[in-house]
Amino acid sequence: MTAGYNFAYLDEQTKRMIRRAILKAVAIPGYQVPFGSREMPLPYGWGTGGIQVTASIIGSDDVLKVIDQGADDTTNAISIRRFFAKTAGVATTTRTADATIIQTRHRIPETPLRAGQIVVFQVPIPEPLRWLEPRESETRQMHAYADYAIMHVKLYEDIARYGHIATTYDYPVIVNERYLMRPSPIPKFDNPKLDMNPALMLFGAGREKRIYAVPPYTIVKSLDFEDHPFSIETWDTSCALCGATNAFLDEVITDDHGGKMFVCSDSDHCAERKEKAA
Amino acid sequence: MAYVAVKGGEKAIDAAHRLLAKERRGDPAVPELSLDQISQQLSLSVDRVMTEGSIYDRELAALAIKQARGDLVEAIFLLRAYRATLPRLAESKPIETNRMRARRRISAIFKDVPGGQVLGGTFDYTHRLLDFTLAAPSVFPDAEIAEPSDTMPPHVLAILGDEGLIQPERRDENLQNPPDLTREPLEFPAARATRLQNLARGDEGFLLSLGYSTQRGYGRNHPFAGEIRIGEVEVVIEPEELGFPVVIGEITVTECETVNQFSGSKSEPAQFTRGYGLTFGEAERKAMAMALVDRALRATELGEDVSAPAQDEEFVLYHSDNVEASGFVQHLKLPHYVDFQSELNIVRKIRGDEQVADEALAEGILA
Amino acid sequence: MNAISKIAANDLPLLSVRQLDKSFGARTACRNINFDLWPGEVLAVVGESGAGKSTLLRCLCGDQQPDLGQVLFTRRDGSISDLYDIPEPERRILMRTDWGIIHQNPRDGLRFGVSAGANVGERLMAIGARNYAEIRRTAAIWLERLEIDVARMDELPFTFSGGMQQRLQIARNLVTQPRLVFMDEPTGGLDVSVQAKLLDLLRSLVGELGLAAVIVTHDLAVARLLADRLMVMQGGAVVELGLTDQVLDDPQHPYSQLLVSSVLQI
Repeated sequence: MTAGYNFAYLDEQTKRMIRRAILKAVAIPGYQVPFGSREMPLPYGWGTGGIQVTASIIGSDDVLKVIDQGADDTTNAISIRRFFAKTAGVATTTRTADATIIQTRHRIPETPLRAGQIVVFQVPIPEPLRWLEPRESETRQMHAYADYAIMHVKLYEDIARYGHIATTYDYPVIVNERYLMRPSPIPKFDNPKLDMNPALMLFGAGREKRIYAVPPYTIVKSLDFEDHPFSIETWDTSCALCGATNAFLDEVITDDHGGKMFVCSDSDHCAERKEKAA
Repeated sequence: MAYVAVKGGEKAIDAAHRLLAKERRGDPAVPELSLDQISQQLSLSVDRVMTEGSIYDRELAALAIKQARGDLVEAIFLLRAYRATLPRLAESKPIETNRMRARRRISAIFKDVPGGQVLGGTFDYTHRLLDFTLAAPSVFPDAEIAEPSDTMPPHVLAILGDEGLIQPERRDENLQNPPDLTREPLEFPAARATRLQNLARGDEGFLLSLGYSTQRGYGRNHPFAGEIRIGEVEVVIEPEELGFPVVIGEITVTECETVNQFSGSKSEPAQFTRGYGLTFGEAERKAMAMALVDRALRATELGEDVSAPAQDEEFVLYHSDNVEASGFVQHLKLPHYVDFQSELNIVRKIRGDEQVADEALAEGILA
Repeated sequence: MNAISKIAANDLPLLSVRQLDKSFGARTACRNINFDLWPGEVLAVVGESGAGKSTLLRCLCGDQQPDLGQVLFTRRDGSISDLYDIPEPERRILMRTDWGIIHQNPRDGLRFGVSAGANVGERLMAIGARNYAEIRRTAAIWLERLEIDVARMDELPFTFSGGMQQRLQIARNLVTQPRLVFMDEPTGGLDVSVQAKLLDLLRSLVGELGLAAVIVTHDLAVARLLADRLMVMQGGAVVELGLTDQVLDDPQHPYSQLLVSSVLQI
C-alpha cells in the first residue's frame, strides 16, 4: 500500500515548507504560523496537523510514541502509530523515556520529559479566543495587539458564577510573556508541565492550517487572578492499578449499579509503576 | 474486566476493516460494479466527486465512489488525499470557455442569442415520475445527436459588455499568479480568485443552501441566469522549453454566469455585475449556486452592506469544505474521556459547593 | 459653568478636527468639518437623520478613517497626534482608557453574554488589573454611581431594562476615568421618563468628572440640557456652530432656524 509514497508519506517539498513553519513557530513562541496544510489520508480532526508535523521532523533513527488520552492502545493512537510504522518504517515504543518523538492527543505524559525529546500535539482549534470571537481576521488583530482582556473576562465570569475558575481543559496560557496560546485540549492538570519544560513542544492544527510551538525552557503561565490563582485537579483516591496519587486519573465505570474505579490515564506510566512495585 | 473494554486494539481495527470490505461488496450473488459502469451510468456522481475532489479523472473518481460505497463526501475525501500526493508537472493556461464546444447552452435574459439556445440533455422539463421500466434492463435509448456547431458563439454577457452595461471581469492586479488553496492557507481578506477556488471545491449542498438564502432575502442581489453552458474545452499548457502552447487534452465543464443588479458608485456608473460558477463535468446546480454565492461575497468590493451569511467571507469560505467539515464533525467519535473527566470533576465540585451552601443555609435557618 | 471659563483653564484642545471629509460612493457624508473640543466641554451635534452626524462621530472615535482631513488629539502629557497616524495598538489603548463610546443601542456597547460586573470590569482587566476582588470593588462603585443595584452585578445585561442597560454602558466606559466620551443618541431608544432621568444623571456626571463629550442627537432638548456648544449639520456640512443657548435662542442659519422652530418649547 505504501509503494509510491515518500518516506513518512509527505513529499520533501511539503516537509520543507512545514519545517519552515515550525522554525518560525519556535522563533515566536506561542504565535500561530499559517501553513499549507495538506490533505492527509486520515480525516481532518483526527490528528492531521500532528501527523504532518511528525512526518516533517521524523528521521529513520527516531523512536516514535503515539498516545491518545494518555494511552498508547486507544484506537486512534494505534492507527497513527501504524501509519508511521508503515510509511516511515521507524521504531515505535510505548515507553515515554525511550521515545524521541511523542505525538499526543489530549495529554502530556506523566514521566518527566528530557532535553532532545519533541512532543507533537494534535490541535483541533488552535485559536484560544475562538469561542469569544469567531472571526479570524479579528482574533489575529487581538494577538497582534496583545488585546487579551476578553479572556480574563471569561475567567472573571467563572469566578462570579461558580466561585472559582471552571475551565478544566484547553486552559489558556501566556507563552514567553507575550502570546495567548491554547495548549490543545490537555487537562489543566498538564499545564504546569508546559512551563520551562526541557523538551520541544510542537502543536499542529491540520484543518485550521496552523503550527505553533513552545521551545524548551520557555515560561508558560496559565491565566489567573492574584486572588484566584491557577490550580490543578486533585483526586481523593489513587490509581486502582498502580496506586499513583499524583497522576491524572480516569474514571472507569465497572458495572451498571454506579460501581467505578479510578485508573491512570497514562498507560505507560501506570505499567511502569506496577513493574517497579512487583 | 471493564477497564479493557474501553481500549481499542489493533485486532479490532483490522476486523473492522475486513467487515467494511465485506459490506462494501454486498451480496456476492449480485454482480460487482465495474468502474466503467459507475463512470457511465452514475456520471453525475463522478462529476461531483471530480469537482469537489479537485481532480479531473473519471476513472479515479469512479474508483473512489466504489470504494466509498457510494458515499460521495467520502469519495471526495479519498480523491483529495490522493491528489495531495501528486507532483505538479505543469500549470495550464486558463481554459477558454468561449471556445467551448457547447452541448448545452441557455440564457434566461434574452429570448434568443447569437448561436442559439441549445437545450441539451437536461432533467429540466422532465416530469419527475418514477420510470418503472428502468427497474428492468432497459432498451438502449435512441436519440439523434446533432453535431455541435463549429462556430463558437460568444458569451451572452459579452453582448452586454459591448454596450458597457456590465462590469468587465478584470484580472486582479495584486495577484502575480493564481493562488493555490491546496498549497497555501486561506487568509483574509481573500482575493476573488481564492474565493472562487474555495467555492469550486466547496460542498454542493452548502453552496446550494447559501445561494438559495440570497434569493430569499439574506443578501439579495437580484440574479438572472445570464448564461449556462456545458461542453468540452481544450486544456493547454505552454512548457517553457517549448515556448509554444500545446493541447494536452479536453475536459467537460459547466459554466454559469449570472447578471446581477448594481446601482453604481462614485467611481462607476450604474451597470450590471456578475457572479461566476465553474465545475468539472456536468454540475449545473452547483455552478449556479456557486455563481450566486460568488456574487454575494463581492458585497464588500461593491460597497454593499454585509449582513447576510452568504456575504460573510469568513463564514462561507471557512465552512464550505466538506472534507474539513466531515472530519471535524466526526472526530467527536474519538475518545474524549480525559477532558470529560475534567468536566465531571468540575460539575461534581460545583454541585458539591452548592449542596454545602444549601446545607449551611438550612442550618442557619434552623439555628 | 460656561464653556468660556473652562477653555480659559486649559491651553490645549482635547480634540481638533481639521477639514474632515468622508463620503460613501457617490454620497458625501461629511464635508469640510472643522472644530475644537476643549477639556471638560460638551459639544452636541444636531441635525436630521442623514445629515452626517453619526459618520462624523465614527470618524472622531477611530472607527472610520476619513477620506481627507485630520483628527488631532491631545494626550495627558500634552503631546498631540493625528488619530489616524498613530499605530492601531495605541488607538485601541486610547479607546479603552482615556476615551469612551456610548452607543445608541446598548447591544453595540455591551457584551450581552457576560454579567454586568464583567462588563464594567473588562476595561480594568484590559489595562492589567488582575485582582478579582479589587476589580469587583471598583465595578461595584461605578454601578452604584450609575444607580444600578449592586446586588444585580452578576446578572446578564439582557435581564436589565433599557435605561439600566444604557447606564451600564456608561459605567463600563467611565470605569477607567476617561477624559473624553463620545455618545451616539444616548437616550434614543428610551421612554421619555427614563430619558429625563438618564439625562439628569449624565449632566451631573459630566460636571463632577469634568468629562469632555461629543454627543450626537436629533433631540434639541438633550442638547439644551447637556451641551456647552452646539453644532448644526445639514447634508454633511456644518451650517452653524456656537454656544448652545445662543444657537437655540437666536439661530442664524436658515436651517438652524427651521430646526429650532420645528420644536416647541425647549
